[in-house]
Amino acid sequence: MSTRLAGGPVIPNFGQGSSCVTGDHTFCWDWVRGHWHDTLGPALLQHIELTALAVGIGFAIAMPLALLAHRYRRLEQPFGVFSALLYTIPSLALFQLLVPFTGITVTTVEVALVSYTLVILFPNIVAGLHGASDDVLEAARGMGLTRLQVLTRIELPLAAPAIIGGLRIAVVSTVAIATIAAFLLPQGLGYPIFLALKEPTPFKTEIYSAGALAVALALGCDALLVALRRALIPWARKGVA
Amino acid sequence: MTFADAANLHTFVDAIRFIGDHPGFLATKALEQLELSGAALAIAIAVALPLGVALGHFHRGSSLAIGASIIGRGLPSLVLIAAFLTVLGIGFVNNMVALAVLGTGPILTNSFDGVDRVDRDAVEAARGMGMTRLQLLRRIELPLAIPLLFTGIRVSAVTIVATAPIAAIAGGGGLGDVIVNQASYRLSGVFGASLCVMVLSAGVFLALAGIQITVTPRGLRRTTLTGEPS
Repeated sequence: MSTRLAGGPVIPNFGQGSSCVTGDHTFCWDWVRGHWHDTLGPALLQHIELTALAVGIGFAIAMPLALLAHRYRRLEQPFGVFSALLYTIPSLALFQLLVPFTGITVTTVEVALVSYTLVILFPNIVAGLHGASDDVLEAARGMGLTRLQVLTRIELPLAAPAIIGGLRIAVVSTVAIATIAAFLLPQGLGYPIFLALKEPTPFKTEIYSAGALAVALALGCDALLVALRRALIPWARKGVA
Repeated sequence: MTFADAANLHTFVDAIRFIGDHPGFLATKALEQLELSGAALAIAIAVALPLGVALGHFHRGSSLAIGASIIGRGLPSLVLIAAFLTVLGIGFVNNMVALAVLGTGPILTNSFDGVDRVDRDAVEAARGMGMTRLQLLRRIELPLAIPLLFTGIRVSAVTIVATAPIAAIAGGGGLGDVIVNQASYRLSGVFGASLCVMVLSAGVFLALAGIQITVTPRGLRRTTLTGEPS
């Protein structure tokens, strides 16, 4: 028979975690293993989805816009000023301010993320398209290439390193900004961190594991794009980004 | 006008009303945010500017400078703030350090680039005139690098100010306090504070862009201020 003393210490019940988990030690592999399927794995997948969608849509919008600005150079400056100002809008504020229009949805998050990718992709693509030297263009015209041929055979291939460089920056920043989506939606790798920070004593393993996954995702995507550049444009100089 | 449009309009009208009703409170919060940002920026400048300039002067460590910018972008602010919180505890110091780390990337990369890419002919000529290393740095390299040095500081400052609201979740104070606390401040407060945050960072951007134009030597003023923050 056991009796409980009234006024005894209240010991918080952390469930059936290991001593590492209940003691909040620096890093508990068993927690990571135990929560891969219900927390970390899904969060990683959602994060990849958020990022891929944002960069994909952003590229689909930025490319034609850049071609337009390349053709009609007067459009470039206004867009440049607009995008520089857009980039100063803090993500947290932008997410909130979009809510009345699109609600607390993935759409809201994507609209914000796509806007940020545009700011990065557009100037990079335009700079790449402007990059062809006058001599090369002169020679191409002398060979009788039409305007479209100059674009597809000369300017676009020469712009490829800058375009991929822009994509690298866009992907890496989007992975980082997508963690802030957790303030709005229970999605992505930011969410486990967000939840941990809401506790009086944040659980370290949750922060470190989700954070490490986010950084690894960013670096992994970057490495993937570097590999893509090597495969697509082997002539590009090293270090052009 | 559809129902949704009416709801939107109300939200924004309420937000403006909230700003009008609590100007003192919001100003205090904004000052708190600027204080945190200023401290973080000061640390970032103190660490990254001399390092970037020194590396650029000796044309060494370009991979470090480039790596800093990529890692700086890839490190999510939320992760930094949370990770430092587990080490430094909740409060001002943790947030200041996290934001400072976030701010070092642009300053390091740009100050390295600025000094590293100074016209070699100008440097040669200066050497030929018998300038010492210090004179070369002070009279040739630094003045010519000013546009990029300042671009780094501006990008870093805007990044820090724009990220500071996120620090509210780790006791950072500032306008973010209002944004993450809808329970106390209602939707109107969240929106009002979001609008203030937007105005604040745009203000910092424009102010620094203005200063940048004034400090840039006249001969170098063609440098555009807009475009993608590098």
